[in-house]
Amino acid sequence: MDASTIDPMRPRLARVRSRRRDGPQVWTLEIDAGPEARSGFSAGQFNMLSALGVGEVPISFSGDPTEPRRIVHTIRAVGAVSTALAHLGVGATLGIRGPFGVGWPLAEAVGQDVVLVAGGLGLAPLRPAVYHLLAQRSRYGQITLLYGTRSPAEILFRRELNAWRRRADLSVEVTVDHALGAWDGHIGVVTALIERAHLAARHTTALVCGPEIMMRFAAEALAAALIPSESIYLSMERNMQCGVGLCGHCQFGGLLLCRDGPVIRYDRLRETLRVREL
Amino acid sequence: METIEQIISSHPLFAGIEPAYLHLIGGCARNVHYDPGRYLLQHGAPAGEFFLLRHGRVALELTGPGRGTVTFQTLGPGELLGVSWLIPPYRWTYDAKAIELVRAVSIDAACLREKSEADHHLGYELMKRFMPVLVQRLQAARLQLLDVYGAGR
Repeated sequence: MDASTIDPMRPRLARVRSRRRDGPQVWTLEIDAGPEARSGFSAGQFNMLSALGVGEVPISFSGDPTEPRRIVHTIRAVGAVSTALAHLGVGATLGIRGPFGVGWPLAEAVGQDVVLVAGGLGLAPLRPAVYHLLAQRSRYGQITLLYGTRSPAEILFRRELNAWRRRADLSVEVTVDHALGAWDGHIGVVTALIERAHLAARHTTALVCGPEIMMRFAAEALAAALIPSESIYLSMERNMQCGVGLCGHCQFGGLLLCRDGPVIRYDRLRETLRVREL
Repeated sequence: METIEQIISSHPLFAGIEPAYLHLIGGCARNVHYDPGRYLLQHGAPAGEFFLLRHGRVALELTGPGRGTVTFQTLGPGELLGVSWLIPPYRWTYDAKAIELVRAVSIDAACLREKSEADHHLGYELMKRFMPVLVQRLQAARLQLLDVYGAGR
């Protein structure tokens, strides 16, 4: 079947090819969606994954966009659906729709410095962007990854972060909120890393992903570092259901986040983010 | 070789400060270094100085019975260590330990307070430079309290 004829509202059955624990209650699944699956995705896009008989949730891609046949998602078990998905064993069946949404502006950032600011599980939707940037390293200026999480035990993709740290062409800084014992890295909030990063404000594109409150403060810290709001992008998450901008559940002000996002420029979000009722 | 005043003026806290103030501050300053594991300041002790960090990182710690030692912040080059010298009773409210070899400028608090009393313009200049640091750290403490990574994704 031609991929373009696939009904975006109809889940396809897929199987878990492999699973790996990437943190407390966090699992990364590689999914085999069969030959009918659409191949390829843009960094920052998401799929709707369904645990059969339980429900469906939006989950960002966390794999490498240069390997379009590999569908990889990182899931934290927090609600009924995500817990059911995270606990699927190898060979188990799930439903999948997508990819959906607008991803990170990596083409627009060519020639610029790029700073990626991740908080907690927000590193997962940014990982495809890191893969892309490294695959096309010569097209970008300075690349900086700033990652904040709660404690050393909750650092995601630890082996990969260590490998990235060893690269001379990528600057990686990790901070935790608090630590006991042997941790000898940064302690403090991720916004402090922004203040220390000495970014070339006028030539930097900033990609921010994490819990919304963290993104709000990170965007403010980036703006305080004189990065124009037109160069700051946030990955937003709301109650995405249809994935194609029809049902309206993910409406955020004048935006439908599943269709217009999840990645949205900060200048389009700033005022709406201040509205308490949203 | 750099003079102490040149070193102070190159620290972000005192960037662009007027030469007259720089001279007054420099008169209270000395270079110091701490080996890894040594404490720059300890909870409850008199806050007799503050530090302009130039090299190496410092862990800010609190220790409580049954909880062990918790590091709640790390500071590095270009940052300020110590604000309790500004406010009575001038005592440290946490421990600060060198994680690496630390090189810093130590500024004598009583000396600078005395000069600030004599010249309120200097005191105002210092307040304008310390307040943003205090506000940033208050905001950081709020974010840590909110446990911002715990929800959502």
